[in-house]
Amino acid sequence: MKLVKTLMAVGLGAAIAAVSVAQAADKITIGFSQIGAESEWRTANTNDVKAAAEAHNIDLKFSDAQQKQENQIKAIRTFIAQKVDLIGFVPIVATGWDNILREAKRAKIPVLIMDRDLTVSDDSLYVAKIGTDSYTEGKKVFAWLDNYIQTNNIKPRNGGDKINIVILEGTVGSSAATGRAHGFDDALKASPNKDKYNILASQTGDFTRQKGQEVMESFLKSNRDDIDVLFAHNDDMALGAIQAIEAAGLKPSKDIVIVSVDGVKGIFQAMVDGKANATVECNPLQGDLFFTTAEKILKGEKVPKSVFVEEGVYQADEAAKVFPTRKY
Amino acid sequence: MDMLKKFTHSSLMLPLTALALLLLFNAIFVDGFFKIQVMENGNLFGRPIDILYRASSLIILALGMTFVIATAGVDISVGAVCAISAASCCVLLGGDISGVAQHPFFIAILAGLGVGILAGLWNGLLVAKFKIQAMVATLILLTAGRGIAQLLTDGQIITVYYKPFSYIGGNIPGIPLPTALLIAVCMVLLVIILDKKTSIGLMVQSVGINQTASRYAGINVTLVLFCVYIFSGFCAGTAGLIEGSFIKAADANNCGLNMEMDAILAVTLGGTLMIGGRYYIGGTIIGAITIQTLTTTMYAVGVSSDRLPAVKAIVILLIIVFQSQKFKQMYSNYKLKRKDRASGQKEAVNA
Repeated sequence: MKLVKTLMAVGLGAAIAAVSVAQAADKITIGFSQIGAESEWRTANTNDVKAAAEAHNIDLKFSDAQQKQENQIKAIRTFIAQKVDLIGFVPIVATGWDNILREAKRAKIPVLIMDRDLTVSDDSLYVAKIGTDSYTEGKKVFAWLDNYIQTNNIKPRNGGDKINIVILEGTVGSSAATGRAHGFDDALKASPNKDKYNILASQTGDFTRQKGQEVMESFLKSNRDDIDVLFAHNDDMALGAIQAIEAAGLKPSKDIVIVSVDGVKGIFQAMVDGKANATVECNPLQGDLFFTTAEKILKGEKVPKSVFVEEGVYQADEAAKVFPTRKY
Repeated sequence: MDMLKKFTHSSLMLPLTALALLLLFNAIFVDGFFKIQVMENGNLFGRPIDILYRASSLIILALGMTFVIATAGVDISVGAVCAISAASCCVLLGGDISGVAQHPFFIAILAGLGVGILAGLWNGLLVAKFKIQAMVATLILLTAGRGIAQLLTDGQIITVYYKPFSYIGGNIPGIPLPTALLIAVCMVLLVIILDKKTSIGLMVQSVGINQTASRYAGINVTLVLFCVYIFSGFCAGTAGLIEGSFIKAADANNCGLNMEMDAILAVTLGGTLMIGGRYYIGGTIIGAITIQTLTTTMYAVGVSSDRLPAVKAIVILLIIVFQSQKFKQMYSNYKLKRKDRASGQKEAVNA
């Protein structure tokens, strides 16, 4: 009896070992370090990475850095020690990555950067960056706006000859704010209609609802009857501004055209309610692209240094249709 | 002349001068700063109205802070408590898009005020019972508060579509003045009545000057301390509801951010000293309005919000220098010297 039991145990153990060996052999292991959970957007980003890993049949070692660079560095060092096939991470800050990435290079583990930018002394320390393109987002905002103004034949409210735009900028110095501002400016300058627009005021609202609201209030006190368009660098500021516009007795989206960037649920709700006009998506669903690129790298294929996710533009008239499918 | 002297020596002199200077600056440099329009729905619209209603949550916070500072303490947790209060209220109301509240409105408001009082109790417990230094004791909630708010909201910004919630930070239909301002006025009246009609103010001052002596004089020091921290928590809870209602949402990361510093600044600007003992309600209120005027002015002239702290720092620096004992001494020495010289000259002429 005892012998049978022992044999069974040995057999079971062998079976488990065989299965795990088989798994280890054909499954890619990827270590991934996420910043933390700062916003709905980031949560969607994390969930997408996890879901995509499952879809790609990848063994994902996920680590949450809780908004600290030292945690990320620790996580990457652990991944190196575990000899993962590839390391991916969202750099919480732009600098200070040289040493740890050199360690990864020495261990011959390729590194893939996701979503945020970083600066290193040597570009060969990482294989590629995957993410959103804030410069193009800014360009798309202007393209949409110009098209909307022309097709709907919107005239300046003050009877002048120029459409007056106010801009709520994001946090000063952040890559998203700089990129979106440059993209918008460049598109405006390159447009044949550039003389039809005038940027009346541009001030930072720090990417938050409250500041967006306060700054918009101030804009409205100075130029209540001149503002035709609001461009907010993110949806949250636009949501704050909408309330300021209503409090000033104006109709958001009718008196003042509102366009912003990100595509969070709140702005879709506002569009459904007829209080905002459009949002340019800043897509957090980067998981699929990330793992596709990772697989290419591991197969030895060449990938471009920067890979961008697809980002759409959503207008108020399609908001109700798209709203239920939004994941963030 | 006597009136003037009385005024220049009063505690209100400094905040009023600062406010007057700011308003003068605005009158010169900002077009139509003082213009107030009546809108179609009867509400008032203009920068002065903005200042008053944006200042209201700060006034409320600063009222609570005044008493805490008068006991030689400080409550740096109020900003974080604002966030918890807004979060609990919004969570109870729920983010239902149809505008239906998940729980009755008054329960949500009571919850917001309740967690404020709870936070005050906690701070009071640490300061009054366990004799922990106020700065350290309230630092705990400053650190933990936003985390608690994040837990409540599940890390999301909950937008409340339930209409009456927006009345707190906006206008109740039919009343032209912002509700937040009316709440602030009520709180101020409450405090003034308490101050004038009861001896609580005297006890607070006494505790601020010397705890041991107060105890020998028969004052229940622990109870007084408990009361001031609970009141500060209650004020923070109220301010949190207003701040949340401004944006109709609970933003755990940004609701009431850095407001504890503005509240302390308002109190000190109003002439209340950090060493405790004396307090000036009127000064605090004018201090709070001055700070909001400063903020509104900066927006009006286009200084971006991220540079605002630098400007505020300069203002604080000036105030602290003007209030300092050393500066006052230097000033009176200078005046004496001038008098001496003047009388010396007179004597010389007479001779």
